[in-house]
Amino acid sequence: MLELIVISTLNGVLFGMLLFLMASGLTVIFSMLGVLNFAHASFYMLGAFFGFQISRWFGFWPALLIAPLLAGVIGAGVERFGLRRVHKNGHVAELLFTFGLAFAIEEIVQIIWGKSPVDFRVPTLLDFPAFTIFSTNYPAFKMFMLAVSIVIFVGLLVALKKTRIGLIVQAALTHPHMVGHLGHNVGRIFMLVFGVGTALAAVAGVIAGPALVTQSNMAGLLGPILFVVVVVGGLGSLPGAFAASLLIGLVQTFAVSMNGSLAGAFGPLSPDYAATWLSDIWSVTIAQIAPIMPYLLLVLILIFRPMGLLGTRET
Amino acid sequence: MSDLASTIAPPQPVAADRLKFYGLWIAVIVALLVMPKLFSSGGSLTTFSLIGISIIFALSYNILLGQTGMLSFGHAVYYGLGGFLAIHAINIVARNKLAIPLPLIPLIGGLTGLLFAALLGWVSTKRSGTAFAMISLGLAELVASSALILRTFFGGEAGVSANRTKVYRLFDWSFGPQIQIYYLVAAWTLLAIIAMYALTRTPLGRMCNAVRDNPERVQFVGYDPHMIRYLAFCFSGFFAGIAGALAAINFEIANSAYLGAVQSGTVLFATYIGGIGFFIGPIVGAIFVTLLSLGLSDLTPVWQLYFGLIFIAVVVFAPGGITGLLMMHRPLIRGGTLAQVLPSYAIAFVPTLAMVVGLMMVIETVVHYSVSHGNSPNIRAFGISFNAASPVTWALAAALILGGFYLARISWARVALAWDDALTQARGKGIAA
Repeated sequence: MLELIVISTLNGVLFGMLLFLMASGLTVIFSMLGVLNFAHASFYMLGAFFGFQISRWFGFWPALLIAPLLAGVIGAGVERFGLRRVHKNGHVAELLFTFGLAFAIEEIVQIIWGKSPVDFRVPTLLDFPAFTIFSTNYPAFKMFMLAVSIVIFVGLLVALKKTRIGLIVQAALTHPHMVGHLGHNVGRIFMLVFGVGTALAAVAGVIAGPALVTQSNMAGLLGPILFVVVVVGGLGSLPGAFAASLLIGLVQTFAVSMNGSLAGAFGPLSPDYAATWLSDIWSVTIAQIAPIMPYLLLVLILIFRPMGLLGTRET
Repeated sequence: MSDLASTIAPPQPVAADRLKFYGLWIAVIVALLVMPKLFSSGGSLTTFSLIGISIIFALSYNILLGQTGMLSFGHAVYYGLGGFLAIHAINIVARNKLAIPLPLIPLIGGLTGLLFAALLGWVSTKRSGTAFAMISLGLAELVASSALILRTFFGGEAGVSANRTKVYRLFDWSFGPQIQIYYLVAAWTLLAIIAMYALTRTPLGRMCNAVRDNPERVQFVGYDPHMIRYLAFCFSGFFAGIAGALAAINFEIANSAYLGAVQSGTVLFATYIGGIGFFIGPIVGAIFVTLLSLGLSDLTPVWQLYFGLIFIAVVVFAPGGITGLLMMHRPLIRGGTLAQVLPSYAIAFVPTLAMVVGLMMVIETVVHYSVSHGNSPNIRAFGISFNAASPVTWALAAALILGGFYLARISWARVALAWDDALTQARGKGIAA
């Protein structure tokens, strides 16, 4: 039991940190540009596939650097030549633009790399168990993932709190219009923020690619969870996104490792209707409903705290 | 006071307007009746049925997006649940020999959609704008994932099937042949279009528009925007359920793809490409997208990519959709200055087409090297053969894209100038733009 708790906590925190790598970019982009980037998870996927391709050519370490840069440049281009054009047509058009973009990116990735998972391997340097805990070998690569996400988290915190650009970004979180009125080159800041945000998502992709499955549907699988994180945390709240990332990471990881079900708990009662088409609800295990846990959490949050955990904004 | 009321109330429509209005509906009915006589092959009847279903679905979606300003990424939930309940209803009716004829089954689907929209809508319509969009996506994922878990009811991956001919028969219609299904779909489509059009004319429909445009003022007037959004959501779910039930009857199967993100995306594409600003927009979009997806899938293996690119192009260049583009020309036609714009359109068309052809060549070449790697490099796309391996093709594609892009920019700027002139002249003649 203790083993389960320790391992699940580690994995949960890891997954949560990965989510936050993406959610942080998404939140900052949303706060500044007012548009929720539907294609954010697609940049995570692009990062993974770029990482896979570059690590084939030059090795994993250059890939860790080049793939996010590449994705960041593409992201900045999308902002400069796409979103800025659509901006005059309103937020719905912007959201739809990123929606179409996500659709197109998935199709392009399918055309280039195919539909089946690619063989993105853990670099040999990190392919060993970091430590053994209660007879479970914990892979070093996962510790590396955790380290990278913590380093970026700290770096982001410092950049936001201590630098001039960070100051502007912070101001834009709460008073986006005022920042523009103060005469900052808002266009360039937007492009920069979009580029950095997508690059962060791509970093998550490169480090998650070898550990999880690198496949053309990975954006479609992760995207909705990412939006749940942002809504549960409260739209436009970075601390909220952090809390929600960890919460969802932990909830999902713990749910996967649990085998309880209603039938298991109340088995002897075995009411009559358990045999009808309700039998699924009766016998389904917690592990099986792990994929829908984030969405259940979303519904609960919406009922009891519509603004999100730490959110203040209405829209 | 009575003076004031009489000035505010719209003038009674004159006989000519009424004739025009009812004439349009009668023309639609005649067209629906004549269509299967003109195109009587099984394939075209199936296409018509699919278009009809898609029209209902797209119009129901536009109650949300166009009328009330709610961007939903999970509208297929109500479509899919309507479809599943319809299939189960057909099975139950057939098993118990109940006196419910097939034409009433879509109503069951509609009520299912209404029920679930009423359940899920209360939470999700609390927020509007971006938050609503994300919540709709989350709820859609919740339902779609649950459908795979609750295997007994949703049939797992395979889905649930039914035999529509086993249902209680009215007037000896078996609903086996596609022509009878066509008439069933056509009748429901007509009913749904009339009902949804009528909805836009009710006070509720008007308040929906007000909520879309300025929810704060709606609150000041004394309405609750949440309630109005909720009601619009329920109506939308009802009609989506009808569409889903008709689809289930048409295919005699309901599976988890009905509820999925692809279905939600398709209806969004259809509605937006058609144009959300006019009632007829989603109808145009549904026809266009259904024909496009049937036609393109024969021509190229990567038709979905083209589909996505068309959608992006519409969002960027024509946010009003197809109908928006057409309606833009109304003041010019009335002012009689349309002819001035047409030559510049013709000029701009050539480089634009060149650019599109160049892009398509690039896409097909990439497809050749990745998807169908190792096959003969002489590929056929859209009925045109070319050699994907020859540098001539690559150079031609590059030249078409770059040259086309450069010339298109210049020529579209000219179109804008000609357009402004024509509009100014039309305005000079007293036509309001």
